[in-house]
Amino acid sequence: MPDNTHNQDPLAGKATPEAFLEIQGLSKLFDGYAAVDDVSLTIRRGEIFALLGASGCGKSTLLRLLAGFERPDQGQILLDGHDIAAVAPYDRPINMMFQSYALFPHMTVEANIAFGLKQEGLPKAEIAERVGEMLRLVQMTDYARRKPHQLSGGQRQRVALARSLAKKPKLLLLDEPMGALDKKLREEMQLELVNIIEQVGVTCVMVTHDQEEAMTMAGRIAIMDKGRLIQVGKPLDIYEYPNCRYSAEFIGSVNLFDGVVARDEPDTCLVSCPELEHPVLVNHGQSVAEGQAVTIAIRPEKLQLCDQDLPQDDNWLSGEVEDVAYLGSLSVYHIRLASGKRIMATLPNRHRSHKGNPTWGERVSLRWEADSCAVLQD
Amino acid sequence: MSLLPRFRGRQLVIALPYAWLLLFFLIPFLIVLKISLSESVLAIPPYSQMLSFADNQLQLLLNFNNYLFLLSDSLYIQSYLQSLQVASVSTLLCLLIGYPLAWAIVHSRPSTRNMLLMLVILPSWTSFLIRVYAWMGILGNNGFLNNVLLALGMIDSPLQILNTNTAVYIGIVYAYLPFMVLPLYTALMRLDYSLVEAAADLGARPWKTLLTVIIPLTRGGMIAGAMLVFIPAVGEFVIPELLGGPDTLLIGRVLWQEFFNNRDWPVAAAVASIMLLLLMVPIMWFHHSQRKELEGRP
Repeated sequence: MPDNTHNQDPLAGKATPEAFLEIQGLSKLFDGYAAVDDVSLTIRRGEIFALLGASGCGKSTLLRLLAGFERPDQGQILLDGHDIAAVAPYDRPINMMFQSYALFPHMTVEANIAFGLKQEGLPKAEIAERVGEMLRLVQMTDYARRKPHQLSGGQRQRVALARSLAKKPKLLLLDEPMGALDKKLREEMQLELVNIIEQVGVTCVMVTHDQEEAMTMAGRIAIMDKGRLIQVGKPLDIYEYPNCRYSAEFIGSVNLFDGVVARDEPDTCLVSCPELEHPVLVNHGQSVAEGQAVTIAIRPEKLQLCDQDLPQDDNWLSGEVEDVAYLGSLSVYHIRLASGKRIMATLPNRHRSHKGNPTWGERVSLRWEADSCAVLQD
Repeated sequence: MSLLPRFRGRQLVIALPYAWLLLFFLIPFLIVLKISLSESVLAIPPYSQMLSFADNQLQLLLNFNNYLFLLSDSLYIQSYLQSLQVASVSTLLCLLIGYPLAWAIVHSRPSTRNMLLMLVILPSWTSFLIRVYAWMGILGNNGFLNNVLLALGMIDSPLQILNTNTAVYIGIVYAYLPFMVLPLYTALMRLDYSLVEAAADLGARPWKTLLTVIIPLTRGGMIAGAMLVFIPAVGEFVIPELLGGPDTLLIGRVLWQEFFNNRDWPVAAAVASIMLLLLMVPIMWFHHSQRKELEGRP
């Protein structure tokens, strides 16, 4: 799990979180195909919200609808109580940081940042002051007179961020903010970007296909597929309590078992899966009916190694290690069960040698806690 | 050893166009320059020799009278100025018509885009002369345009368009428009449209985006197109000759008259030399601005 120290919801204590951006029944068709399909979403003031999905899922179209580059075919976009769906992009109090940064190549860093302020017709002194402030915010004061092509990728991103924040927008949009950076710089900039955004206090909607980026940067995430929202929630909720197969498989790795509810009690339910020798006991709230077909999802890191077969009759499995992938901090084990099903388990490498960890061809038993698996009902 | 033939091949590739330019541009130009500094005589060829050898003396005769004559006769200055004016106005008209045209082609569907581009180029596949003759048929007093306007009742008597400067402008703009549209098309295709969106996002209205982002970033295409129209338009002969009137006195026509009617080769050569000199100014400027643009972008 990536670091998620800023995932604490500042408004968690309030009974009714303030809706700052409200998207209601928004749809956008391209040649009869719905790129965004009846999306409703509420985003709170000061929140960093990520739209996460594979390419072509409609997340970029949704962002472009917010920016005003596309007009919705249906639905409303309420920003701070005003419907902006029909407002032209140049009249929206919304600024965007483009994936390619879209810095004007014929203008200096200063002129790029000043561009939006000039459109407002502010006095020169005020523009200069605000540009200076923005340059300090992103630590680019020394580069004010440079042209974009004289900057590195990371510096260009800072300028793009400064330009999109210069007008003090009500809403900041980030389109694949780390897309143009290499991996090392990416991790550095993710936290810095969040710091700057939180310092300014602007509400932010970002689009990304990178789950780690979304989990690191955003307070809440919406997973999108085929133009629809699949699941909306905090990173922890989405990872630990996926509501469907798509969201379980999209974020992280997961082992899925089809099964049938064998017994339903107020706090627990017992699911029997043909691929598993032993039934699965789930002890957190599920509203299922006996005999209902469900899918059990268990994350690979939730499986724990046991020395021998367990006396208990649920929540464990055994199989043969078929493959081991050593990743440094942990190893991924591919295990074949008696039913022929292959599952994945990750175990930390606590010792330098493989002492205590199973190896190829070895028979292992793995168990899990009753509250560590999820029941998917689709 | 294996490097040698390749090295020679590379030199050859560079040397060939230079040899071509030397042979068919520089040497002829020097000959013209030489003729412009000689005297007109009744002989074949009809100009005096620059170098003469008599009485053991090698004489170099440089006659600047032709140039002084051009400066003293207002006819030549007038026609130079009129040529520059016609070329400038035509270039501006081509730009004003060509820019929206190129924009529309770039922003059409990819399938129709190639066809529209073909339609721009297609007229160049037929003879230039035939197309200018066609304009005579359209613009004449009993021509297509006047007949249509008369039939529609918009005019009572035919408009005199043919044999006026208006006809010359129509002809030049028509003939050179493709040379303006193609570089503009390339420039607009290369333009990164996320920059246009970024400008709108930052609050710039469409016309402001055009002035502050689109035009500055397509300047190279505009200058290239302007050069391709302006330079040949200055020396244009066929269009003013066929479509222009008696008061259309352009330098190409003066040159022709000097050469073929007056048979004064030295003056004609001087007219041509000065025209080239005049054209050097925009060419140098073009060169300069292109270098600046190259510096601006890596």
